[in-house]
Amino acid sequence: MTAKGDVKSAERRLGWLLCAPAVVFMLLVAAYPIAYSVMLSFKRYDLRFPDEQGWVGFENYATVLTNQFWWDAFFVTVFITVVSVAIELVLGMGLAVVMHRTLVGRGLIRTVVLIPYGIVTVVAAFGWFYAWTPGTGWLAGMLPEGSAPLTEHWPALFIIILAEVWKTTPFMALLLLAGLALVPDELHRAAAMDGAGRWKRFVRITLPLMRPAIAVALLFRTLDAFRIYDNIYILTNGAQDTGSVSILTYTNLVSGLNLGIGSTMSVLIFITVAIIAFVFVKLLNTGAPGSGGRR
Amino acid sequence: MAEIVLDKVSKSYRKGDPVIREIDLTIADEEFLILVGPSGCGKSTILNMIAGLEDITSGELRIGGERMNDTAPQNRNIAMVFQSYALYPHMTVRENIAFPLTIARTPKNEIREKVGHAAEILELDGFLDRRPGELSGGQRQRVAMGRAIVREPQAFLMDEPLSNLDAKLRAQMRTSISRLQKSLATTTVYVTHDQTEAMTLGDRIVVLRDGVAQQIGSPEDLYERPANLFVAGFIGSPTMNFLPGRVVEGRVQTAIGALRLGDEVQRDMAAHDTEREVIVGLRPEAFEDAEFTGDEGRLGFDDTVDIVESLGASKLAYFNLDEPPVSEHLKSVADVTGGRDRFGTAQLVAQIDARSRAREGSRLRVTFDPHDALVFDPEDGSRLGHLV
Amino acid sequence: MTGKRIQWTVLDVVVVAFALIPVLWLTSLSLKDPATIGDGNFLPSSWTFENYVNVFTDGAFLRPLVNSIGIALSATLIAIVLGTFAAYAIARLDFPGRNLMLGAALLVAMFPQVSLVTPLFNIERSLGLFNTWPGLILPYVTFALPLTIYTMSTFFREIPWELEKAAKMDGASSFQAFRKVIVPLATPGVVTAAVLAFIQSWNDFLFAISLTSTERSRTAPAAISFFTGSSQFADPTGSVSAAAVIVTIPIVIFVLIFQRRIVSGLTAGAVKG
Repeated sequence: MTAKGDVKSAERRLGWLLCAPAVVFMLLVAAYPIAYSVMLSFKRYDLRFPDEQGWVGFENYATVLTNQFWWDAFFVTVFITVVSVAIELVLGMGLAVVMHRTLVGRGLIRTVVLIPYGIVTVVAAFGWFYAWTPGTGWLAGMLPEGSAPLTEHWPALFIIILAEVWKTTPFMALLLLAGLALVPDELHRAAAMDGAGRWKRFVRITLPLMRPAIAVALLFRTLDAFRIYDNIYILTNGAQDTGSVSILTYTNLVSGLNLGIGSTMSVLIFITVAIIAFVFVKLLNTGAPGSGGRR
Repeated sequence: MAEIVLDKVSKSYRKGDPVIREIDLTIADEEFLILVGPSGCGKSTILNMIAGLEDITSGELRIGGERMNDTAPQNRNIAMVFQSYALYPHMTVRENIAFPLTIARTPKNEIREKVGHAAEILELDGFLDRRPGELSGGQRQRVAMGRAIVREPQAFLMDEPLSNLDAKLRAQMRTSISRLQKSLATTTVYVTHDQTEAMTLGDRIVVLRDGVAQQIGSPEDLYERPANLFVAGFIGSPTMNFLPGRVVEGRVQTAIGALRLGDEVQRDMAAHDTEREVIVGLRPEAFEDAEFTGDEGRLGFDDTVDIVESLGASKLAYFNLDEPPVSEHLKSVADVTGGRDRFGTAQLVAQIDARSRAREGSRLRVTFDPHDALVFDPEDGSRLGHLV
Repeated sequence: MTGKRIQWTVLDVVVVAFALIPVLWLTSLSLKDPATIGDGNFLPSSWTFENYVNVFTDGAFLRPLVNSIGIALSATLIAIVLGTFAAYAIARLDFPGRNLMLGAALLVAMFPQVSLVTPLFNIERSLGLFNTWPGLILPYVTFALPLTIYTMSTFFREIPWELEKAAKMDGASSFQAFRKVIVPLATPGVVTAAVLAFIQSWNDFLFAISLTSTERSRTAPAAISFFTGSSQFADPTGSVSAAAVIVTIPIVIFVLIFQRRIVSGLTAGAVKG
């Protein structure tokens, strides 16, 4: 007779066995490099001066954190993240409502919005790059004679944000759409019977019930936006003070070959992302009781 | 075709008490046996153990005389109908019904013939090339039946097969299942929580509660001679009325008067000369409006009618009595039958003739045959006997 | 009622324009001839496929395209196999560490890839993986895993596992039940995850330019960004846009075929999360 305990432990073993390969990958390619990175960040390690390696304590951190380039890149990244995620949230909500409620061509709309999501970011960035290039571009052509938006700080930032918003709004909208679909139609009818107009119903019924979905969408997109790289690389490559922390780290790697400093920046970015995630998860959890009801 | 024997079968999970305690049960060949009880009583667990979908912790399961404890479900040659029907959504109705035969590598023309035959019996001819998603609930149920009967198994196991259907269809399907089982003459174990289904379908019924068989018997047995308060309360609709009583000198004092105990039950009660508490059980259908019966050979009482409900063929008259009977066993009955929702009043329900002039707020005299009254022990819940 | 329809139609048109105009612009650019490519018009005044011919004949794009296809397909395949194992375990088995596994996957999904660029660059150089296919496949698999695990575990959870029992009652062995009932039902989930994983790998740019140095393993997006214009015309606009359109074609095909699945796959994990 098989004892129940054996079945249980066999199940446990099988579970671990099946997860092991995926875990190995994630450990080797994500966990180990980041640990390695932490180690390098405390070292002098410059490929141009391979002989001068050694432990330097927090010297690299001091170097990075007192460097104007780092802080410029940091605030540019924060600016791009905040502005583009805010715009995406509004546009994405509108798009989600259209996808959810439209009476005409729902399938068409849902297919079409996947194009920006699926398209290679670099490809899309080139599209915007040429569109805003004086002479070549149809959008640049609408601007006053002689303007070259990609060569000026604020216009260039605006174009980067535009490219980012265009590419990722559909993803935001799909996440919000999933939340929208969870709001029972009956509640809308009940609210309508209670005298709530269309806008009131959206603000008082839909939004509160969608709060978890909105929070998840914001978390995903904020962390994603913070790593912005491809768009900037193609559009300006960091010129006119438009470089993000990712651009700065990469530039340091290929042109500086200073792995100690590069690793320090990697670690700082990782910590920043961890803090953002932590804050979001905290907010999400404290928000949960009020918005609960599912499950 | 086979006899199924459960020999002191128990089931417990790693943590906690056993969910099935030493069930002894012999299901005769061709018998239609019902396992009935409230949710969590262990009826599905027993079915799954017979199926082989759950391990047996101790005891022995024999099918057709063979020990089956460690046989894999696919080798037991038993068919099962699931509550959700468990139709394969990616196969057509034909493929669903044919699936057991395909697995058994039955020759193609034989499969075609058997599937055709099953479809004919179940009136599924027109739907064979559809997918389950395109069928109504009743049709899906019949496909599930088809998949079970097509391979002529040793036994059918049915796990609440009708509970997803609406009331009318359920009544129809009940009749069809009954007819089908008789014509196929195959041992069938049927799980339900619905006592009406149990009473109408079964040759024999097992009433389960907390993993223990309360009573095993024919529908008539359970109805007329319930072993205890739980079975008495569970079987029958509306639920049996329970009145607290006190035995004094051969009579039971109750809210509806003093009832004389029959000689037999007096003799059975060891302590008949001292006072003791009992619970008197009276089915609503035991009552009748005195206008239609007279008092000849009957007991009765009159009181103010609280509510009258007309069922068409009969009427239900509700009376409010002074005090509800007290017994742990009745509490669990109330949990199961929903009696808890009666707003805490001690109600008595009488099912009376539709022509009765009973009115809410006016007085009515109802009578009953003392032979229909049961007497229970409030301590252990067991039936002491009939009143007379 | 018709007023409402018109209202929605207008909104639909706005959405479609928003989504498609940049793509149409690139396509139009790729069809312009060298003489008019700098004219700034949205539509080409004269059409030509010259840019496409050039892109394939001058050789700087063909090899990267092959690399892209090979690397993305390999990474997808590996991620799907490993992801299916893990997702099955998470959805169907009871074992300690299940939630830890989901947490780890989420962590990796949110990971700033650039943090890995410096260490991976150094590690891969010392292991001889730098500028090779496996050098890119490794990170692609890692970042596709969370996606596949989330998508498929949601999918697996929705399979009515009672069917497995039913199949056993119908006489099927465990393997038969798996092959005839579970696999057909799980296939849509696997396809969804594969499409998402492929799109993600196909899209990558950061690893592609950091961990490669030559055409040996450089993928299409990286190669496009390095186009400097061939000898006949200094301006690479035509080649870039033609190449850009070519790498977009698979995406468009996937979107057209798998629209529903992509939507459900993208949203499934998020709602439950």
